[in-house]
Amino acid sequence: MKKERLELFRRMVLIRRFESHAEACHAKGEIPGSLHTATGQEAEIVGSCMALRPDDYMVGNHRSHGHPIAKGASINPLMAELFGRSTGVCGGKGGSMHLSDFSVGSLGETSIVGSGVPVAVGAALGASLQGSDRVSLCFFGDGATNEGAFHEGMNLAAIWKLPVIFLCENNLYGVSTPAAEVISVKDIAERGAAYTMRSEIVDGQDVDAVFDVVGAAVSRARAGEGPTLVEAKTYRFAEHAANMGRVLLERGPELEEWLKRDPIELYRSKLIAAGTDADDLIAIETEIDDEIVASLDFARNSPYPEQSEAFTDVFTEPVPTPAWLKVVGNGDG
Amino acid sequence: MADVSFLEAIRQAQFEELSRDENVFLMGEDVRCNVFGTTTGFVEAFGKARVRDTPISEAGFVGAAAGASMVGMRPIVDLTIATFAYPAMDQICSIVAKSRYLYGGQARLPLVLRMCMFYGNSNAAQHSDRPYPMFMGMPGLKIIVPSNPADMKGLLKSAIRDDNPVLSFEDGTLWSSKSTVPDDDGFLVPIGVADVKREGEDVSVIAVGGAVQYALAAAETLAEEGVSVEVVDPRTLVPLDTKTILTSVRKTGRAITVDPAHQSCSAASEISATIVERAFSDLKAPVLRVTTPDTHLPFSPHIEKPLYPSPERIIATVRKVMDS
Repeated sequence: MKKERLELFRRMVLIRRFESHAEACHAKGEIPGSLHTATGQEAEIVGSCMALRPDDYMVGNHRSHGHPIAKGASINPLMAELFGRSTGVCGGKGGSMHLSDFSVGSLGETSIVGSGVPVAVGAALGASLQGSDRVSLCFFGDGATNEGAFHEGMNLAAIWKLPVIFLCENNLYGVSTPAAEVISVKDIAERGAAYTMRSEIVDGQDVDAVFDVVGAAVSRARAGEGPTLVEAKTYRFAEHAANMGRVLLERGPELEEWLKRDPIELYRSKLIAAGTDADDLIAIETEIDDEIVASLDFARNSPYPEQSEAFTDVFTEPVPTPAWLKVVGNGDG
Repeated sequence: MADVSFLEAIRQAQFEELSRDENVFLMGEDVRCNVFGTTTGFVEAFGKARVRDTPISEAGFVGAAAGASMVGMRPIVDLTIATFAYPAMDQICSIVAKSRYLYGGQARLPLVLRMCMFYGNSNAAQHSDRPYPMFMGMPGLKIIVPSNPADMKGLLKSAIRDDNPVLSFEDGTLWSSKSTVPDDDGFLVPIGVADVKREGEDVSVIAVGGAVQYALAAAETLAEEGVSVEVVDPRTLVPLDTKTILTSVRKTGRAITVDPAHQSCSAASEISATIVERAFSDLKAPVLRVTTPDTHLPFSPHIEKPLYPSPERIIATVRKVMDS
C-alpha cells in the first residue's frame, strides 16, 4: 500500500510539473496552439486512472495532459507532441488537446465537449462483445453534462449495463460560466438517477478517496453490475487556457480557499502524518524534475514531421499529396 | 448467380460478412424487426448481441460504434434514413472521421455507416436529402453510392472489410431494382474504382447513384438518334476514381455530370471541376450539370418529382453539349 501511495503522489507531481513546464514553454512560443492545464485537479485524475488495470480503457478531453500520464504513459512522446514534433505520441498531428497514448489504453482525448462519452461507451461495448472484463473510464467536465452526447452515452451504458465509469471533473466553471448557473441540478451526480445509474460524489482533492470510490465502481463494472457516475468536486487553479493575456474568470477569495486544498500538498501532509519521511517525497520530486528536463531536451531535439505526414493517417492508406505542395524535409529541430 | 433486388443484395452482404467475421456486428434502430428487409433471419443466425436494436439516439450509437471499432470490433451501423445522420454529425465529423489522424495513426476505425436516401416519395424536406456531398468535404470518410444490386453487395462487403470508416449511401429509388448478383462469399467490388456502365464515343455522362439508371435509359434513347453516350458510374465518391472519368472524357471530348444531390457543391460539381481543370484541352463543349436545384424537396408529388434528374433532363442536356 505504501508503494502504491507513493506512486499516487509521484504521478500527481509529475502531472503538475509537466504542465507547469509546458505552460512556460508555451509562453515562450516553443509550444504552439492552445494549452489547457488541469492544475489543481491532479487528485481526481490520478486517483481514477490508478484504479484501473493497464489494459483498461480511458477517454480524456481537451484538458487531459495528465490523464495519459496517470494511466502510465511515458512523458517524452507527450512533451514532444506538445512541441509538434515527429516523435510526439500522435506524430505531431494532435497536440495539446489530443495527447492520447493507445499503448496504455488511453483511447483518445477529444476536444468537442462531451463527444468522448459515446466513444468510451463504445469501447466498453466492444470489451463486452469480446467477452473481456476490461472497463472503460470516461473523463468529462461539468459543462459536458449539458451536452446531448453525455445523456445519450449514459442511457446506452445503463440499458446495456456496460462496464463504464463516467468521471465528471466538476471544476465549477465552463471557461467563465459558473456551473451552478447553467446546470439544473445541485450536484451533477443527481443526473445519474435519470438513468437509474449508481452515482457517487467524491472529494476531488483527496486522491485516496477518488481511488477508493472509482476502485469500487471498477469492481462493480468488472463484475457485470454496470456503470457508475462519479462526480469529483474539484477546482481548476488556472485560467481556462494558458497565456491568454487576460483574465476571463474573476474569482475573488474563492481561489485562496481552494489553493489551501491543493491535492498534492494535502497528500504530502497525509503521507508524512502516516509516517513517510518528508525527504523521500522531496527525492521523488527531484527525480521528476530530472525526468521533465529530459523530456524537454527530447522534444526540443526531435525533428518536425515531414510535410508528407500531413497526408498520412487520414485513412490507413495515404491520400494524394498535391503537386504544388513542395515536400519539405524535417526542420532542424 | 441469381437476379436479386437491391435490398436483398444488402441483406446478403451483411449476412455473409457477419458469418465470416465474429467481430462484425450490426446495430441501429429496429434492426431486429427487419424494417426494410435487409436483416431477414439475422437474429436467429447471430443473436441479439450482434444484431442490436438501439434507442433513437444517433449521436450515442454512432459514437459507440466508433469506440467499439477502436478496440477491434467492426460495427455496421444502420442509420435508416440518411438525414438521421444529422443528429450524429459531431460524432461523424469530429470522432469517426478524425480519430485516426488526430492520434497519429494509433486508432483504426473499421466501421460502416449505412443510410438510405429516401427521396422521391413525398416524404418532404426532412427525410429526402441526398447528403453525401457534405461528407465529401470531410476527409477521413470513404463514401460509396452504389447504383445496382451487384455493386451494392460487392461494395458493402468491401466496406465492411475496410479498415477505415465508410459511409454507404443507399439510393431508395433503387430498392426494388434487380440485377444478377454473384452469390459466392468472395465477391467484392473494390472501393475507389469507377465502372463504365455503357461504352460510347460522343459524350461522357458521369452519373451518381440512382441517376445511373436514368443515364442508361437516356443513352438508349440517344443511340436511336445516333448519339453514342458513354455512362461512367464513379460508384465511390471518396476516393474518387478520377482516372477512369478523365480517360472517358478525353476520349469523347464532352461531359455532363448527373447527380441527385442539390446542385451547390454536389458530387457533380466536384467531378465537373476536376474535368475542367485536368482535361480542358480535350473538351469540345462546356461541362454541364444535371442535379437537383437548390431548394427543399416539397411534399406534393406534383412539384417534387420534376426537381430530380430524369432521362428527359439528361437527354436535353446531352443534346445541348452535342450542339455547342
